[in-house]
Amino acid sequence: MKTRPYPAWISRLFIFLVAALSFTGLTQMPLAKRYALTTIPGMAWTGDFYLVHKIHYVLGAMLLFLAALAAVNWLKGWGRTLRLTGLGAARVAVVGGLLLSGLLRVYRNLPGVTLDPAYILTIEWAHLILFMVLGVLALVALMRGVSAYAVRK
Amino acid sequence: MAEKKHRTGTVSRRGFLKALGVGSAGALVPAAPALAAQERVPAPSDGELATLLDLSKCIGCGACVEACRESNADKFPEPVKPFSEMLPSRRAKPEDWSDLRDVDDRLTPYNWLFLQNAQVEYRGESFDINIPRRCMHCQNPPCANMCPFGAANKQVNGLTRISPNLCMGGAKCRTVCPWHIPQRQSGVGLYRHLMPRLAGNGVMYKCDRCYQLLDKGELPACIAVCPENVQTIGPRAEIVARAKALAEEMNGFVYGLEENGGTNTLYVSPVPFGLIDQAIDKDSGPGADKKLRAADKAKALGPGRPPMGPVKDVMADETNLATAAFIAPVAGIAAGVLGLGSKLLNTGEDGHED
Repeated sequence: MKTRPYPAWISRLFIFLVAALSFTGLTQMPLAKRYALTTIPGMAWTGDFYLVHKIHYVLGAMLLFLAALAAVNWLKGWGRTLRLTGLGAARVAVVGGLLLSGLLRVYRNLPGVTLDPAYILTIEWAHLILFMVLGVLALVALMRGVSAYAVRK
Repeated sequence: MAEKKHRTGTVSRRGFLKALGVGSAGALVPAAPALAAQERVPAPSDGELATLLDLSKCIGCGACVEACRESNADKFPEPVKPFSEMLPSRRAKPEDWSDLRDVDDRLTPYNWLFLQNAQVEYRGESFDINIPRRCMHCQNPPCANMCPFGAANKQVNGLTRISPNLCMGGAKCRTVCPWHIPQRQSGVGLYRHLMPRLAGNGVMYKCDRCYQLLDKGELPACIAVCPENVQTIGPRAEIVARAKALAEEMNGFVYGLEENGGTNTLYVSPVPFGLIDQAIDKDSGPGADKKLRAADKAKALGPGRPPMGPVKDVMADETNLATAAFIAPVAGIAAGVLGLGSKLLNTGEDGHED
């Protein structure tokens, strides 16, 4: 198993954010009520589309902050001592695509903006497909025991 | 008490057709990539069209309801029966209007426009108000913003459409719509070919403002057929100005300027919409279900029978949170530049395994 040369809390925060974003993203689909998730004590909120949407926004903002922080530090110095693994690089690209398409969705939802429906469709499906790709890549990395994005050179 | 029917100066339909021509010219131009994002400034040049309904003119003849059905008949669903049994069957029940195609006292997948009636007393006078109800075509439509598949979208010419080829019929659009306008028909659409038992439940239907006619520069059917010229359509800025002028002229009220942050369907009435909202509980049109009338009045309105009360901007919180989403990466960059990262790395737990 590869070691992670960066603080554990960054990994944990990243995993938490991605997991929570995955959950709140999936519940953008009308699943919670149909599949009785809302009947589980403490989970009634999952049936409130607006609440789940807002939580997704907040978590998305947190992940954007973390990703920007990591990118700057990579350029500033982490890149000299660390090396992205193959699966790490693939996941960085997918997460980047998810963040970009997510931001475009936020932009599209502003009251003063109307994008052409063809672009909307591209953005939405890119977001959905990238999410699924990230899931597959994460699973492969986990099964191979190489879940760290970067290792020491 | 004398019944009063307000009549305001009629505005030439030809004049509006001319205005529509100006507005639709912009709407018909395919959006070039560079122009994809258009500010929704209500100006004639932006091509966003709005409709105005002068409720003082509507006699409730139903011509618009009939014309809507004829104009959109080829879009109506033809479900395949029997429906696949969905799971869990207790929670995922089919919604079937295919044997109730003649229902015209509420919105259904086969009836995208219906008439509400409100008997209202206001300032010592009795008013008989008829209200053609259909999609409000919001300026920032939650049905489109919240659709997880991009099946519902607002077009650059200001109308909101649901693509029957993409819609899975989850009915989220109906839930998040403040007026619960879209209606579901099961047994049709994409879900049948993907996971008919587990995902989806049909297709959602609602007014698409006769886009097939608008695309040709023609008036939507409900507007063209109206013998009383109740409706007018044109560039939003002009329609808003007309609505305000008309309301001032009749000492009346406008619905749709503030509701849900602004809609592209504006109603002008000689009586307050709060009174109309209370009154339409009592009677939802000529064919209203008698049992329903006798039932709890609050329940008479709901999916299929939209209310007319005040509606807050349901996407306002998201608009505020959007600022946080746009600032977040900038803040992350700033934090990185200011040295937060190197500090983190130095205090890192080398050799941490996960």
